[in-house]
Amino acid sequence: MSRLIDVENLTLQFDTDEGRITAVDNVSFSLEAGEVMGLVGESGSGKSVTAKSLMKLNPRNAVYGPDTKITLHLEDGPVDVMSLQNDTEMKIVRGGSISLIFQEPMASFAPAISIGDQMVEQLLIHTDFSKAQSKELSIEMLDRVGISDASTRFGQYAFELSGGMRQRAMIAMALSTKPKLLIADEPTTALDVTIQAQVIDLMKDLVDEFGMGIIFITHDLGVIAQTADKVAVMYLGKLVEQGTVRDVIRRPAHPYTRGLLAALPTLDDIDAPLTPIPGDIPSPLERPAGCVYSTRCQEIIGPRCSAEVPQFLSVDTDHSAACHIYDTQEGAA
Amino acid sequence: MSQSPLITAKGLSVHYALRGGLIGPKPYVGAVENVTIEIAAGSFFGLVGESGSGKTTLGRAMLRAAPISRGDVHFDDGEVSYSLKDLGKQDLKEYRKRAQLIFQDPYAALSPRMTVRDIIAEPLEVMGLTSSRAETDERVREIAAKCRLNVEHLRRFPHAFSGGQRQRISIARALVSGPKFIVADESVAALDVSIQADVLNLLKSIQEDMGLTFLFISHDLSVVAHVCDHVAVMYLGRIVETAPTRTLFSNPRHPYTTALLSAIPSLDPDDRGRAQKLEGEIPSPTNPPPGCKFQTRCPHAIDRCRVEEPTLETAGTEHHVACHRWQELAG
Repeated sequence: MSRLIDVENLTLQFDTDEGRITAVDNVSFSLEAGEVMGLVGESGSGKSVTAKSLMKLNPRNAVYGPDTKITLHLEDGPVDVMSLQNDTEMKIVRGGSISLIFQEPMASFAPAISIGDQMVEQLLIHTDFSKAQSKELSIEMLDRVGISDASTRFGQYAFELSGGMRQRAMIAMALSTKPKLLIADEPTTALDVTIQAQVIDLMKDLVDEFGMGIIFITHDLGVIAQTADKVAVMYLGKLVEQGTVRDVIRRPAHPYTRGLLAALPTLDDIDAPLTPIPGDIPSPLERPAGCVYSTRCQEIIGPRCSAEVPQFLSVDTDHSAACHIYDTQEGAA
Repeated sequence: MSQSPLITAKGLSVHYALRGGLIGPKPYVGAVENVTIEIAAGSFFGLVGESGSGKTTLGRAMLRAAPISRGDVHFDDGEVSYSLKDLGKQDLKEYRKRAQLIFQDPYAALSPRMTVRDIIAEPLEVMGLTSSRAETDERVREIAAKCRLNVEHLRRFPHAFSGGQRQRISIARALVSGPKFIVADESVAALDVSIQADVLNLLKSIQEDMGLTFLFISHDLSVVAHVCDHVAVMYLGRIVETAPTRTLFSNPRHPYTTALLSAIPSLDPDDRGRAQKLEGEIPSPTNPPPGCKFQTRCPHAIDRCRVEEPTLETAGTEHHVACHRWQELAG
């Protein structure tokens, strides 16, 4: 496998009326071609903002940290995403080599333009195809994602399609430019479970076929277990744990990941009590000092937790967590 | 737990008229069709189904918040009994004290201009349940404490609270009039996992403390499995299967229930099996298929399913299933 993207020290703040708030704090990760990374976290954890940063898609009041470095490795050489300035330069990361699937397919299609015209438009921008070729490819893609009667659907509008169909059309559109990296932001959250299962199967097939890298953003650990190769867990703008999907789900290292799994109702043991994580997610305006999870953590080891930001430490091969628990053991020895 | 039903729906249908149809019978959408269920007093009854299955409408019909077109719903708590179809205005007011609703979205359900105290007190004032402000305040404090709200915070406005806290405020408002029956419509769907568990535990403990009966509407089968003692599965306005929770999850009989269960993503990364997955989507209720409503997606459909609509048959203790082939498929 070859390296697809490197994200180093991504820090992102927003200037608001209430002051500068930190949405993403010093996040680093990388992805290989053909690899699926699950980005998990609850609302407000900064997972969507992180993903949008890869396309520099954040609003004008966004301020990137000076050490932020995002490198996209393409066949023609590396692209430094942070240095891209105008719309023309950014075409490469916005629909060219990176595509984005949103959570709400109804909101992400323009309501007054047919599905087909929207698909053709982006192909005309990002490829050398003629209008006729673009139409042909778009219909082929609609057919590929399991939309029956694709040529009729091509001429229809978003409101004429059901929720599952719209999400399929969204996927067809995102993949028609043959991106190297697909960012899927909660692509199945608005769907019923039976439709979710269909969409997950479809995405698995397409990864096998196209071999692109995927960043799959979701709050649903079950969906992650079914789709991802590796997982990154976020809490309040911080990455707290990274590892292979098996390690993170079976042997969670960070107290937050452990808490999430304990709070999750599963069908394996319906008599098991649900253990909530006490307290609420703090407001980004009141980010705790030290470890961001210290206000809710059940495994606090001392005043250090609320004073010092924990560093990422390796707990196993390809498995690391940002928690002081793993530091003290070394310090004590 | 007492076994006598608190709520009984008999042949309940909810129809909504469609436009058009000058000639011939008026066209309508059958949101709920011929539903018969009993909810035992003191039970935590789960109602599951995909969007468009009619679960919300059924819940609302049980509160007389949706029109009852055919059949009826009976409420009997041992003190009073009502037939909801022909409920007069006065009786309906009385019924509202005994049956309440908790909404899905804790952000939309609370008025941003009212303090938490006023939000919780409103049902008491509207229903004239208390005679003085002091009495109202006491009731509000009592119920707020029960819902684990900080009574110091009652003078604040909803925007100061997180999603989980807001949902606890909604719960307090629903409970303040001393109801017997609560419809909780997707009440944890908008909450994060770490918060959801807390609200579920709260609902459960309140139900046990106050001896309430819950109709818990949800699309999330894992949640239902953990909190409910009885479950009914809906598809396109019909109940297709109902059973005690343990039976339903260990021994599902309807092909739709089986498919729903197998569609839940497993937490085991090595279990990426492609178990029985459903094709297609739920048909539109304006144009339902003939025969069994599930036949368009059912992997086991035969000719009989395409013409004759199955009725609920007994498949075990308190276990009912509406499928022509359940015995065959079970064997």
